[in-house]
Amino acid sequence: MKSSYWKSNLIIVTSLLFVWFIVSYGFGIIWSDELDNLKIGGFKLGFWFSQQGSIYFFVLIIFTYVYLLNKLDKKYFNSSEKSEIKEKD
Amino acid sequence: MELQTLTYLFVGISFALYIGIAIWSRARSTNDFYIAGKGVSPIANGMATAADWMSAASFISMAGLIAFLGKDGSVYLMGWTGGYVLLALLLAPYLRKFGQYTVPDFIGTRYYSKAARLVAIICLIFISFTYVAGQMRGVGIVFSRFLEVDINTGVIIGMLIVFFYAVLGGMKGITYTQVAQYCVLIFAYLVPAIFISLLITNNPIPQLGFGDKIAGSSVYLLDKLDQLSLELGFNAYTENTKSNIDVFFITAALMFGTAGLPHVIVRFFTVPKVSDARKSAGYALVFIALLYTTAPAVAAFAKINFIDSVQKVEYQSAPNWFKNWESIGLIAWKDKNDDGIINYSSGNALEGVKPIYTDQLGKHGQRVVKNEPNQSNKNEVYIDNDIMVLANPEIAQLPNWVIALVAAGALAAALSTAAGLLLVISASISHDLMKKMLMPKITEKQELIFARCAAAVAIFIAGLFGIYPPGFVAQVVAFAFGLAASTIFPALFLGIFYKRLNKEGAIAGMITGLLTTSSYIIYFKFLNPSFNNSEFWIFGISPEGIGFLGMIMNFIVALIVSNFYSRPPSEIYQMIDEIRKP
Repeated sequence: MKSSYWKSNLIIVTSLLFVWFIVSYGFGIIWSDELDNLKIGGFKLGFWFSQQGSIYFFVLIIFTYVYLLNKLDKKYFNSSEKSEIKEKD
Repeated sequence: MELQTLTYLFVGISFALYIGIAIWSRARSTNDFYIAGKGVSPIANGMATAADWMSAASFISMAGLIAFLGKDGSVYLMGWTGGYVLLALLLAPYLRKFGQYTVPDFIGTRYYSKAARLVAIICLIFISFTYVAGQMRGVGIVFSRFLEVDINTGVIIGMLIVFFYAVLGGMKGITYTQVAQYCVLIFAYLVPAIFISLLITNNPIPQLGFGDKIAGSSVYLLDKLDQLSLELGFNAYTENTKSNIDVFFITAALMFGTAGLPHVIVRFFTVPKVSDARKSAGYALVFIALLYTTAPAVAAFAKINFIDSVQKVEYQSAPNWFKNWESIGLIAWKDKNDDGIINYSSGNALEGVKPIYTDQLGKHGQRVVKNEPNQSNKNEVYIDNDIMVLANPEIAQLPNWVIALVAAGALAAALSTAAGLLLVISASISHDLMKKMLMPKITEKQELIFARCAAAVAIFIAGLFGIYPPGFVAQVVAFAFGLAASTIFPALFLGIFYKRLNKEGAIAGMITGLLTTSSYIIYFKFLNPSFNNSEFWIFGISPEGIGFLGMIMNFIVALIVSNFYSRPPSEIYQMIDEIRKP
């Protein structure tokens, strides 16, 4: 087990979960009423985050994670196919 | 063409498609039956996950619920999508690497204990049956409204279809039918949404349309809705009425519950590689977000349309859909002031909330209800939230084929979720209970027979739920998510991220989560419903949100108890190291 691989993974996961928390619980709930004072088009901003924006960010977060982890896999395990070949036996 | 004929045509074609796929992709081994031979591409799995996840409740009820709740309804939107982030980042890739068949498989192996496996099986079966009951009700509603057959006949037809492809095809059959079902349901959801968005705001994209101005005026749709809501005595549509802490806890319970739902988790066992599991969770959320970002728009359109077409209208000239849904029993009108005009405003129209119909017709032709009018308000209309999506195309006067399409979509949503749940139930019985606990000596062939029998029995029980719907379906949904959040999620998460957790800690944690969550929900929902308000709730948390508190308790107890007992054996450490590698 390469422990630095696991550590980098934990850093990525923690920072992405931080964003996840801010866009949903933060902008969508805790500070939602304050953000409602700002408007984009017909949307109050807090309302938009709680019914639209948070969901778009969730999608972005997962694909960022996919991208970063694929890079990390490559760095530590050269090709991610290797472990797969072993498993098929 | 007649609506009836069109609906038969659409539903018939979609059912034929599902059966065709089932025959083409039938399962030949337990590997096929449980996890589709690990050969599903990430995009296909994403679609299947989305169909699996989006149930009759998402398709039929959610927009109506949001229309009714306004901003408070956001808990469902965030709660039922945000869980996928947790799933992708914390669970899916590792569980895929573990490479077994079921969720109890992981818990039993990781905590080297049959007791842990058994607790997991019990939670899983309870969660899944709770869920299935709701699906079958959805099938019944659609059949009775659109095909005008008896609800029971509808449920039986639905059972036969699911039986055919779940028993024959197992996970493999279910996966590819779900891909087809996703396409049907998303198309059926988006088409009317786009039509209505164009109609009301001239904007073809519902997600933008609902933040746009009403066609031909300079007023924003949401501002108009706020104003109308206030006039009718409701709260402003875009403002919360629930306390922040309650919204926080409900959202969290739904998110962590989503990440702990067994039928969603097993979908990620079916892809070829670990990196595919991550990617697949992303695709799944894209496909889900397509519906979940449309739903709040549909909700706003439906609410404004509904108010526009019935408020202050004489019953005799009320639109046809109003009377159609009244005859199904999802709308009732009690003319409180005896003026023959429909008045819709805040508050329950009837004492006892749900209408009890008699056989008589009133002087305007309306169905007479036995309930006394609720005199504390002027509202005369009882409306079941479920009809917002189903009646929307009729309310907006869209062509018949759109209405027929919605019927096929609603059936696709209900059947795909039911099939996924039934598979999880059958796998946990044939694999976890029979093969791994009671009869370890059975061959693969015998296990496959057990799996098929278990699926058949589960379908039969689910059908009974549909024909004799238990009155508590709505209450127990909180239960399913609460239990998933407070038992299964922590066991999986700690199992991957905290090596030191031993079986004593994990079992104590799961039992704590199970007891706190279920006793709180049973107390407020069943024993003392009259106390079910924020005055009596602990920290102002409603029963819907208690699963999150149960989860925190689970974590605390698991970590403390774990420290009093010896470390897990070294094989477990090796196993965890192994699953942490991609």
